[in-house]
Amino acid sequence: MSDAVIAGRAQFAFTIMFHYLFPILTMGLSVMIAIMKSIQRFKKDDRYGIAARFWMKIFAINFAMGVVTGIPMEFQFGTNWSHFSRQNGGLLGQPLAMEGTYAFFLESGFLGVFLFAENKVSPFVHWLSSMLVAVGTLMSGFFITAADAWMQHPVGYTIQPDGTVGMASLWTVFTNPYLGWQYWHTINGALVTGALVVAGIGAYYLLVRRDEEFGRISVTIGITVGVLFAVIQTFPTGAKAGENVARYQPAKMAAMEGQYETQTAAPLAIIGMPDTARSKLMDPILVPKLLSYLAYGDTRAKVIGINDIPSNQRPPLEVVYYSYHIMVGLGTVFVAVLILGSLLLWRKVVFSSRWYLWILMLTMPLPYIANEAGWTVTEVGRQPWIVYGMMRTTQGITPPATVSSGETVFTLLGFAGLYALLGLVFLYLLVRIIALGPNSEAHSDGTNIDQPNRNESKGMVSN
Amino acid sequence: MNETWFIILAAMLTIYAVLDGFDLGVGALLPWICRTENERIQARESIGPVWNGNEVWLIAAGAAMFMAFPLLYAASFSGFYLALMLVLWLLILRGVGFEFRHAYHSPMWTGLWDVVFSAASLLLAVLFGIAVGNVLRGVPLNHSEEFQGSFAVLLNPFSLLGGVLSLTTLSMHGSAFLAVKTHAELQERARSWVLPLWMGTLVLTLGFVGFSFFVRPDFTVNYLNHPLLFILPLFAVFSIATIPYFSRQRKYGQLFCATSCLIAALLGSAAAGLFPRLLPALQDSNVNSLTIYNSSSSHHSLVTGLIMNLVGMGVAVAYTSYVYKIWWGKVPLQKTTDH
Repeated sequence: MSDAVIAGRAQFAFTIMFHYLFPILTMGLSVMIAIMKSIQRFKKDDRYGIAARFWMKIFAINFAMGVVTGIPMEFQFGTNWSHFSRQNGGLLGQPLAMEGTYAFFLESGFLGVFLFAENKVSPFVHWLSSMLVAVGTLMSGFFITAADAWMQHPVGYTIQPDGTVGMASLWTVFTNPYLGWQYWHTINGALVTGALVVAGIGAYYLLVRRDEEFGRISVTIGITVGVLFAVIQTFPTGAKAGENVARYQPAKMAAMEGQYETQTAAPLAIIGMPDTARSKLMDPILVPKLLSYLAYGDTRAKVIGINDIPSNQRPPLEVVYYSYHIMVGLGTVFVAVLILGSLLLWRKVVFSSRWYLWILMLTMPLPYIANEAGWTVTEVGRQPWIVYGMMRTTQGITPPATVSSGETVFTLLGFAGLYALLGLVFLYLLVRIIALGPNSEAHSDGTNIDQPNRNESKGMVSN
Repeated sequence: MNETWFIILAAMLTIYAVLDGFDLGVGALLPWICRTENERIQARESIGPVWNGNEVWLIAAGAAMFMAFPLLYAASFSGFYLALMLVLWLLILRGVGFEFRHAYHSPMWTGLWDVVFSAASLLLAVLFGIAVGNVLRGVPLNHSEEFQGSFAVLLNPFSLLGGVLSLTTLSMHGSAFLAVKTHAELQERARSWVLPLWMGTLVLTLGFVGFSFFVRPDFTVNYLNHPLLFILPLFAVFSIATIPYFSRQRKYGQLFCATSCLIAALLGSAAAGLFPRLLPALQDSNVNSLTIYNSSSSHHSLVTGLIMNLVGMGVAVAYTSYVYKIWWGKVPLQKTTDH
């Protein structure tokens, strides 16, 4: 790989992983907020309206970060991957353009209404804007995942006389067999994140014994919604997405599972360290025949090992293997934590179980790691292809005569510095919003965010 | 079909320039127009709910370019590499400068983000003008439809003139918008900026158009072949002529309409001269320009894109008008005390 390819990949990986930290939460949280607004509307319970207003403040700073870090993603296709863009733009541009016209306008328009116009519009319109923001974020996720699914498993295209890719059928692109489960798995991962963050911050308020009414609402909704999605995350979405990988990208499957040799009745490695020099999984804990069953629904099925993949078509095994195992391991942790939480909730002891609230709070960063690890599996596992089976990553880069590797390293450092700064400011604001709490009379338009006397504020009474 | 997409792309970029133009203008003028914290908040509130949606037009236009003219997208984005990265960083800083400013109320914090927001707005207004200037002037394309846009290439007198013109035009547009949306003293002060900026815009436009006859004499070809196109520059002349009148009569709604029409007419006139080129090679070079014919995606891509885009934009325009209607009228006066 040339320097330009390494620099281009490093920049794309860094900027997209930083960017994705924010959509992970906004996609999930938008649904959580829509649920709260619906409870407020249909149960006529204003406490949920106040909770929704608090979460919308967290949503708003995440959304702003998502927007500003999202623009570089679209630009980078052209700046650093110009040959990829020339080749595939006629097809891949379609879902990206639709994301703009169908999702972004909806999100940004109604987020403004939700944040700033509660006094100007009817309660119905305010509720509706919370729903439309959620619809917008979920559609945005769909179009992007559709574009990615096409790069994983190209369908619905024609090759033009000049060799570039043209659209044959948009319907086929949107009904790509790879897309459905990948999309639900992605969105569901965001929903688990949203639920765990709502529950985790709720747990924080209960632990420090302030705004406890709000804390109880958040923990209850977080656990209830979270347990549902955490289970769906493993089955069916995770399992089915895995079957698609086995079917369409056997090399990725072999890397995920650390499967060096092709074997029938292949065992599943729970843990173990891949050692590519010796072509062996070191110190593994194996469950016999399980991999064959999970990948093909048959305990005797043959699973292809990485050694039987031509060496110029192998993804880097270790990165994919570890990322995959981190994702699955954390997914299991979420199921355990949330099922335990549901039991405690059912027995009505969750709010007094301080040990559990601690667990809930400390679980908060983990879904971010799980989501990022999952995308690492998807994208690194597709290597050395940029479009699977059609175009190699090395063929997609902008020629070094136009953009040199040095220029990309320079801008990568620029992004690193800028994002470090943004990250600090973001965390500071996040902590501040949490410190001010749901009962501060802070409006997102900020005109009187610093009302010092919290006791005078209307809103729910803390006990 | 290729022609239709040229018009759509030009229209999307024009809508972007008109919409984000006013909030860039407000940003650039903010430190000079607003004297008190109260006024700064008023100015920010006037654009607060809409700037994000305005910027979506840029993203949508970029994606439309990616889809309809992949070669143009690849050549221009990679060719203008460092300049585009600068634009990106400024867009990022401007966005967080705006959104994070009001999250914490201390004069130092807000002052810092004010400066970041205004400086980024001002530089972006200039850079977009430079970009338009360079697209009109042409770039040193090579035979594989690529070029390297070093600063020496991009910062030429013609484009720099375009940068200054863009700054005065968008600032005038922004002050007209402020005059519509604000009250009393701030409104008067915003109005007082319109006329000087108008004079600057007038002089610079004349200079830019005059200059263009030397830089791109071939732009007159389309006009001479299709005299109907003269409507566009005439409309620009008409719009710019009405601005002082509306300003003096304090007809702010019409004033804002006039500045919007001026921007649209200027960009429309440029696009009419450019057609069917998208990214011309430099004048006198023997390389083919990127045109709507040699850089487009397949016919079926363009047709699918057209249908999906028109439906999507139709729906988006419908609810965006609804959202704008919520913000119609003046921003409320602030109750907070001044710092």
